[in-house]
Amino acid sequence: MTVSAKQTSGAASAAAPDTQVLDVSRLCVSVRAQGVLKPLVSDVSFQLRKGQTLALAGESGSGKSLTSLAIMGLLPPPAVQVTGGAIRLGDQDLTQINEATMRDIRGNRIAMIFQEPMTSLNPVLTIGTQLVEAIRAHDPVSRNEARSRALEALRAVRINQPEQRMMQYPHELSGGMRQRVMIAMALALEPEILIADEPTTALDVTVQREVLDLLRDLQAEHGTAILLITHDMGVVAEMADQVIVMKDGSVVEENDTKSLFAAPTHPYTQALLSAVPRMGDGVKPAKDAATDSVLRLDNLEVRFDIHGGLLGRVTHRVHAVEGVSLEINRGETFALVGESGCGKSTIARAIVGLAPYTGRIELKGQYLEGADAQERMSRCRNVQMVFQDPMAALDPRMRVGDLIAEPLVIHGIGTPAERATQIADLLHRVGLPAEAAQRYPHEFSGGQRQRICIARALSLKPDLIIADESVSALDVSVQAQVLDLLQSLKRELGIAYLFISHDMAVVENVADRVGVMYLGQIVEMGTGAQVFGNPQHPYTQRLIQAVPVPDPLHVRMSDVRLTGEVPSPVYPVGKSPRRVKLVNHGEGHLVSRSKPEVVE
Amino acid sequence: MSDATAAADTTLAEPGPWRRILRRKLAVFGLILIALVVIGAVFAPWIAPYAPDEQHFEGLTLEGAPLGPGGEFPLGTDLLGRDLFSRILYGARTSLIIGVVANGLALIIGTLIGLTAGYMRGWLGTVLMRFTDLMMAFPALLLAICLAAIFQPSLWIVALVIALVNWVQTARVIYTETTSLSERDFIAAEKTLGAGTGRILFHHILPHLVPTLIVWGTLGISTTVLLEATLSFLGVGVQPPTPSWGNIIFENQTYFQAAPWLVFFPGLAILLLALAFNLVGDALRDELDPTQRGRN
Repeated sequence: MTVSAKQTSGAASAAAPDTQVLDVSRLCVSVRAQGVLKPLVSDVSFQLRKGQTLALAGESGSGKSLTSLAIMGLLPPPAVQVTGGAIRLGDQDLTQINEATMRDIRGNRIAMIFQEPMTSLNPVLTIGTQLVEAIRAHDPVSRNEARSRALEALRAVRINQPEQRMMQYPHELSGGMRQRVMIAMALALEPEILIADEPTTALDVTVQREVLDLLRDLQAEHGTAILLITHDMGVVAEMADQVIVMKDGSVVEENDTKSLFAAPTHPYTQALLSAVPRMGDGVKPAKDAATDSVLRLDNLEVRFDIHGGLLGRVTHRVHAVEGVSLEINRGETFALVGESGCGKSTIARAIVGLAPYTGRIELKGQYLEGADAQERMSRCRNVQMVFQDPMAALDPRMRVGDLIAEPLVIHGIGTPAERATQIADLLHRVGLPAEAAQRYPHEFSGGQRQRICIARALSLKPDLIIADESVSALDVSVQAQVLDLLQSLKRELGIAYLFISHDMAVVENVADRVGVMYLGQIVEMGTGAQVFGNPQHPYTQRLIQAVPVPDPLHVRMSDVRLTGEVPSPVYPVGKSPRRVKLVNHGEGHLVSRSKPEVVE
Repeated sequence: MSDATAAADTTLAEPGPWRRILRRKLAVFGLILIALVVIGAVFAPWIAPYAPDEQHFEGLTLEGAPLGPGGEFPLGTDLLGRDLFSRILYGARTSLIIGVVANGLALIIGTLIGLTAGYMRGWLGTVLMRFTDLMMAFPALLLAICLAAIFQPSLWIVALVIALVNWVQTARVIYTETTSLSERDFIAAEKTLGAGTGRILFHHILPHLVPTLIVWGTLGISTTVLLEATLSFLGVGVQPPTPSWGNIIFENQTYFQAAPWLVFFPGLAILLLALAFNLVGDALRDELDPTQRGRN
């Protein structure tokens, strides 16, 4: 795929494979607030060579994304600006040139892909139109030539049926497919540098694997330098040659990947690496099974109708949950894992009454069905939910104290004075100061907000807490703290958890028992040791293998190149997926022997 | 807010929203304007130099043209030789009632319908919103004329009629916002805590609609005042000789070039009143939102 317009620069850098393409020296970025310059990034220096992958790793607020935006000249004006240092691309200093010149460089010499491909693509234009436009914006080629180059780019990112895809709109493609379109768009002009800002964070683990494989292959083919921005140390270990660890806007450690993972020198890097949940850490002996069940699901089914046609009749149904049965005992953590759309969150919503269902839900030996509203409400007190995004789950107009007292007020428990002491108690228990009660959610950090949500869930003294991706939005070090908090609550109060997550490593570390979901059904269920130590179902094996391992020396089995997307759980009326049969593989390790398929 | 922290609030050093509003210069200016209009309206009989419907012989030139501002009549006189200043003072009563009561009533009706339809959805939501669409399809003026013709025109009936035709836009906007708010996680969280519909609607959704309501409320003041004027002009509004800002403009608009003050002063009064409510509303919106507090 040689492109005439690029040959000069391509030939120059091909002559010396070690050529440095980007040189960032002593970069400072500051924000102007109330007339004072506050530094956000200070003194960041690094060099990027052709064909190299450099990872900027760090937690939120570390300044890694700002650094990449500064390189692209995309810092949000006018408040945030480069206040020192230089960014040299060849012989040009990107901090000194004007916007018109920068526009020419963007996309042409430095391309960028973002975390959320849906928001980076224009939803009202076809994929083809957007690709062709991107090419023609930089290269004055004919529409036909741009079209054939776009097709070539789509083939290069291994999108099947590229001709049809060109006519489709972004929403018609899956998340992984959209990210590949973004990569195709970025690489169509053969840039020297590709900045990938959390390119796989929004993707499922198996899709993430495909995208990472693709990026690596494309880099080997074209010699593009990649600046990888990520919080995921697993992705760093797998992709990067060189790592820069950032914290609070400055570099704390820089080393080649192998040495950094083998011997981190800075205490922050050490803390960061030890906080990363690893597969293989959490295999613990199954503890003595307490026999009193807190929650039992019996043949739970959730279906959503899709109306279509002139008369708005039900034409299709989403089979979100298909006959799930499981049991959670007192003081036990049961984890549901699976990729997006597998129905794990829908189960949680059905239990707390946010989704209609059929089948039976039994809480502490009593069925939920057939109970009147009052009885239902009092039983619901035993199950509380902690959501994924704590900012969204807290009413932003209420003080933290009121938020935590809310369940008590709703259920009419206690006098105001009693509630006030209980709030202080709960705040203390989740590790927040008592003054927090007077403040508003936006004044807290993400981890603290999640603690507030946990305190609210605890206020009714529930037997079961449903944690729906509750730590997924948090930084690893904060994630580890919140997981510790959940563990200690479990020990002290005997709370059971239904822990829902897509993150296999986290699940392995916290779960006593695990259920693996695929297309609305549980395909494998057993203790953590059984499922992770001896996965039987091909889907479980595939999930486990796809997890990025935070160890650069880890050798991945090369034969498992995963392809294909998870099929859709939407079926026409009258059709339904075949129920899988779970067979006991020994000691309660249940495995299905078949894949869910459509039956008439 | 729960009683528990309501008690704790009093120990808090942080001043309440009204106290903080008084620190905003523009808001204070708005409050003063509103106060002036209210005082003018309430004490009109004592402030006004003449009765509003008294026709003065010396209020017209020898050719029968109205007098300009200045002299014996501070803002001039109208075509019948009545004192404009007195008429504007008395007119403030009508306009305040229309602008505040009619407009407030319209907001309440619109909010209730929009909230219910937006949160309940289903058949109830569909019926309510289709009815709203139906109301929107008719020209507001036509509806108002029909309603006013059925009832005996009086100030309060006019206010009611205006409220009955003006709630539609509010209902539409509130409906849209409520549907998106009900999808938010914190509403789902409330449901899982066992909160009832009323609590969710009025305790958790309504506070988020305050900014929208304030914008619509302040915009509505000028439109309702002018709608009243139109109705008066067509003979189904406030009956002459009772003055209102709107009908003073309407009576005199054809003489705009010869006697501009007749339109200018009542127009200015409407503008200032709407501006005042706008300024106070803006400050209120910012101060009631804890995430915005302390900015600018």
